[in-house]
Amino acid sequence: MDFTPLFHPKTIAVLGVSLTNDRHPANVIYNKIHLRYPVKVYPVNPRGGQFQRDRVYADIADIPARIDLAVVAARAEFVPDILERCIKSDVGGAVIISGGFAESGRADLQERLVTLARTADFPFIGPNCLGIYAPTRFDTFFLPGERLVRPDPGPVAIVSQSGGVLVDQMVKFAEQGVGLSLAVSIGNKALIRELDMLAYLSEDPTTRVIAFYVEGFDKNEGRRFVQAAASVPKPIIVLKSGKSIEGRRAASSHTASLAGDHRVFSSVLAQHGIVEAENEFEMVSFCESLSCYRQKIQGRVGIITVSGGHGVLVTDICAARGLAVPQLSKDTRHKILENLSASVQGIASLENPVDLTGSARDDDFVAAANGLSQASEVDCVILLLLPYSPGISSDLGARLSHVFRREDKPLVAYVPHQEKYRMLIEGFELNNVPVSSSIDGAVLMIEALRRCRTC
Amino acid sequence: MLNQNMRDIIRRAKSYGWVLEPEAKRLLSLGEIRVPDFRWTATLPEALAAAEDVGYPLVVKIVSPAIVHKSEVNGVAVGLEDADALTDVFRGFSKLEGFAGVLIEPLISGVELIIGAKIDYQFGPIILLGIGGTGVEIYQDIALRMAPLSDSDVSSMVESLKGAKLLRGYRGAEPIDMSALIRLVHHFSVLVMDLADHIDTIDLNPVKCTGTTCVVVDARIMLAEAAIPIESI
Repeated sequence: MDFTPLFHPKTIAVLGVSLTNDRHPANVIYNKIHLRYPVKVYPVNPRGGQFQRDRVYADIADIPARIDLAVVAARAEFVPDILERCIKSDVGGAVIISGGFAESGRADLQERLVTLARTADFPFIGPNCLGIYAPTRFDTFFLPGERLVRPDPGPVAIVSQSGGVLVDQMVKFAEQGVGLSLAVSIGNKALIRELDMLAYLSEDPTTRVIAFYVEGFDKNEGRRFVQAAASVPKPIIVLKSGKSIEGRRAASSHTASLAGDHRVFSSVLAQHGIVEAENEFEMVSFCESLSCYRQKIQGRVGIITVSGGHGVLVTDICAARGLAVPQLSKDTRHKILENLSASVQGIASLENPVDLTGSARDDDFVAAANGLSQASEVDCVILLLLPYSPGISSDLGARLSHVFRREDKPLVAYVPHQEKYRMLIEGFELNNVPVSSSIDGAVLMIEALRRCRTC
Repeated sequence: MLNQNMRDIIRRAKSYGWVLEPEAKRLLSLGEIRVPDFRWTATLPEALAAAEDVGYPLVVKIVSPAIVHKSEVNGVAVGLEDADALTDVFRGFSKLEGFAGVLIEPLISGVELIIGAKIDYQFGPIILLGIGGTGVEIYQDIALRMAPLSDSDVSSMVESLKGAKLLRGYRGAEPIDMSALIRLVHHFSVLVMDLADHIDTIDLNPVKCTGTTCVVVDARIMLAEAAIPIESI
C-alpha cells in the first residue's frame, strides 16, 4: 500500500461539507485547508451547489483533478458507498473521520470498509479519528485552527489511538519546544494500525523519533510490533493506557497471576529496547531528549547547580532512577577550579553536584560544563540554571550549547519555562540542547538516553 | 519441534485440560530439562519397591486427573522416612477423588525458584523467572520476557531479580550452578515455543538449584481451552 497520497497530498477532497451548518466537522476541515495550507481542496456534497464562493461537487468523480486524499466526514451508513466511489475515482487514500462503527456496535460497517480497501489496495485511516496533522502542510483535524496549539515542525512523529490524547500531547510538545514531523490519530485503526505506521515512519526522512499512544494490541499484534521495532533504526517511545485493567480470570497458576498484562507489556517493551513512558510527562521528556541526542549512555551524571538545594534534589531523583552521580576526580576538579572566576573560586563546591553558588557568572558555567564534558567519570551533564541569579545572562543557553557541539557529551538543562527566560531557553533549544521546565523532567531526559536501544 | 512422545503426552492430557505431573515431568525431560528420579505407581507393592529404588526420605504426591492443586487436598507428603509411613500415605491417597496412582521421588533441597510460561494475548509465549517460596508470594520478585529467549535475555532475567544475590551465595551459602539454571531456562524457552499452540500456562514451581544442579521439583502444565483438534497433534 502506498501511503504517500495520505501523508503528502497535493489535492484533497472533503466529503460531507454542509451547505447549512458551518460548524459541521467537514466545514471546519475544508475551511482550514482552503485558507491556510498549500494544498488544493474541493468540497463534496451529494446536493451540489455553492459553498462560500466555491463549487460543491455532487460526486467525487466530478472533480476535474485527481484527488490524493479524501477526508470523509459523512454519516457512518454512507461511508462504505463513499469509499467505493473514491476507489472508482482513483483517489489515493482516505481519512475517515466519521464515528458510528465498531466503537458503537457497527463492526459490520467497519468490516465492509476494510474489505473494500484491502481488495483495492486502498489505504485509509480511521474511522472514528481526527486523522492527520502534518505541520505547515495540511491537517484533517475538525478542530478550528485558532483552538489548536501548534508545535513547530521537527523530528518527532506521534501516533495515537485517541485523538484527544494526541491533541493534548501536541499542546505539551509546543510548551516544551518539541518539534513535530507528523501526528496521526488512528481511531478504530480498522486498516492502518500501529505496525503500518511504524513501517512508514521508519522510512520517513523527516522523522527521527517515533512515539505511540497505545490502548491495546490485537492477538499477537504486540509480538509483531516489538519484532518489527527491533529493525527500526530510530528511537521508539510508547505510552500505554489501561494498565489498571489486569487479567480478569481466576488465577489457576502462579505464572498467570504474576504475569499480569501490564507487567508483561512493560517487560517485553524493555526487552526490545522500546522506551516506555509511564505518563504524558515522561512521554514529552523522552521525545525531547531523543530528538536531540543519539548517544548511548550508562547514566553517570555530572551536575552543575547554583543552589545547594537543587543539587540535592536532583541527586535524589537520579538515585531513585538508578542513575549514578559519581565522585569527580582530582584532575577534573582542578581543571574546573582553575577556570572559575576569582570571586567564585573560593566559595564553589567541586564535588558532584558542582555548586557554583549564586555568585556564578556565565563564564563559570562554561568552565564547569567544559570540565564535566571532558571528564571520563561522567557520561552526561545536567545543568540547573536558575535565571533569578544576577550573574546569568540570556546568552548562556547558546554558549553552553557550543560546549556540547565541541565535546559531544549530552547536556540537559533545567530552566523554569517563563516567558521572560525565553531567550535563554531558545539559546539551548535552537541549538539542539533539550531544556526541561522541571528538575524531574531533566532527569527523565537523561533516563531516555540510557534506555534507548538505537542510541 | 515436538517429537512423537511429546505429542502423545499432550494428546493423552487433552481430555483433562492439563497434564498430570508425572506426564509433565516426562515431557520436560524429553525437552532436556532435569527432573527428579521419579516413579509413578498405582499399587502399594509397586510403591514400596519404587521407594527402595529411589531411596528414603521420599516425597509422595497424589496423581489424579481430578486434582490440579494437590496440596489443597493434602495430596503431598514430604520427608517420608520408611515403608510404614509410605504405606499410611498410600492408603490415604488412594481414597482421593480420581486416584490414578502416586508419584514417588527423592526429597530434594536447594534454593527455590519459580519458572513459568504463559501465552499472552498480545505478545504470545512469555517466560517468567522468579525467586521462589516467599520471594514470589510476598515480594513478587520476578522477571518476564517474550520467548524465544536469547542468551542475553536469560542473563538479564537473572540479573534483574532483586534476589539475584541469593543465587550467588549470600552470607556464605553455596552459590548455585548458574550455568545449569541458564541452560534450564533456555531449554524451557525452546519447549514453550514448541508447545505454544497447546498450552495456556506452565508453572515449574519450585525449581530447586544447588551448587551442582537445577531440578524441576513440581510441574503443572495447563492446556489451552481453544484446543487444537486432537487428530492434528
